[in-house]
Amino acid sequence: MSQTGPGCIERLARLHFTSETANMARVRPVVEEAARRVGFSEAETVNVALAIDEAIANVIRHGYEGQPGQPIEVTLERIERSGRPGLQVIICDCARQVDPEHIVGRPLDDVRPGGLGTHIMRTVMDEVEYTRRQPEGMQLRLLKIVTITASSGDG
Amino acid sequence: MAGSSSCIKEVRQDGSAAVVSLTGEIDLHHTPEVHKTLVAVCDRKPTRLVVDLAEVTYIDSSGIGTLVEVFRRVNGYQGKLVLCGLNERVRGVFEITKLDRFFKICNTQAEALAA
Repeated sequence: MSQTGPGCIERLARLHFTSETANMARVRPVVEEAARRVGFSEAETVNVALAIDEAIANVIRHGYEGQPGQPIEVTLERIERSGRPGLQVIICDCARQVDPEHIVGRPLDDVRPGGLGTHIMRTVMDEVEYTRRQPEGMQLRLLKIVTITASSGDG
Repeated sequence: MAGSSSCIKEVRQDGSAAVVSLTGEIDLHHTPEVHKTLVAVCDRKPTRLVVDLAEVTYIDSSGIGTLVEVFRRVNGYQGKLVLCGLNERVRGVFEITKLDRFFKICNTQAEALAA
């Protein structure tokens, strides 16, 4: 395992599972543990776990249209940006491809079921980037940098 | 497999009100059961529907979306939906989605029945 330094990426976990919704409960604690290791506060940790949960739910519900048994891979990495640690999560699937520009949340003043997951991801995470994989599937990269507070000893 | 137990702790009548107590993790896996239960209760058109989340340790957007749909159903027959017992983590999801301002939220079941 590489040491973390400027530009370094340290892999914290890689999970392979299939698209049964019951598997989501097994992923959350792994994400939470990775977020704590990176240095997120407890409040940030639960929000990061929620955002990743929403991302996986979108893969299952929209990408695979609820079909079980389909592959999902989640990679959790500790990275550094400008000397600050962060958690990068890469989610790969073999689901149908969509135009990344068409993946948007809905305005929150339009109160109705659905469409909240993308909003949660974009609110919690600093970067949310969809790309098409070759020859099939989508990749979603999510990044959040640890927030430096006065009490955390920055400066 | 984790996540296979029921999230419905109790469904009871309290006068003209109905109280549904949920438990555990309300995620995409459990939302269909929660949705089915709440819709069945709505069909009886209680004047007040209290959803007690005191034992809910996690909720995602699918769970929140179900509550939005139930709100619309209850509102449609001029009933009242009240949520109660949200812990800090669950309340945080309502805040991220700005739905803490949309729902009537009380601290306890007793407050929800009286609100």
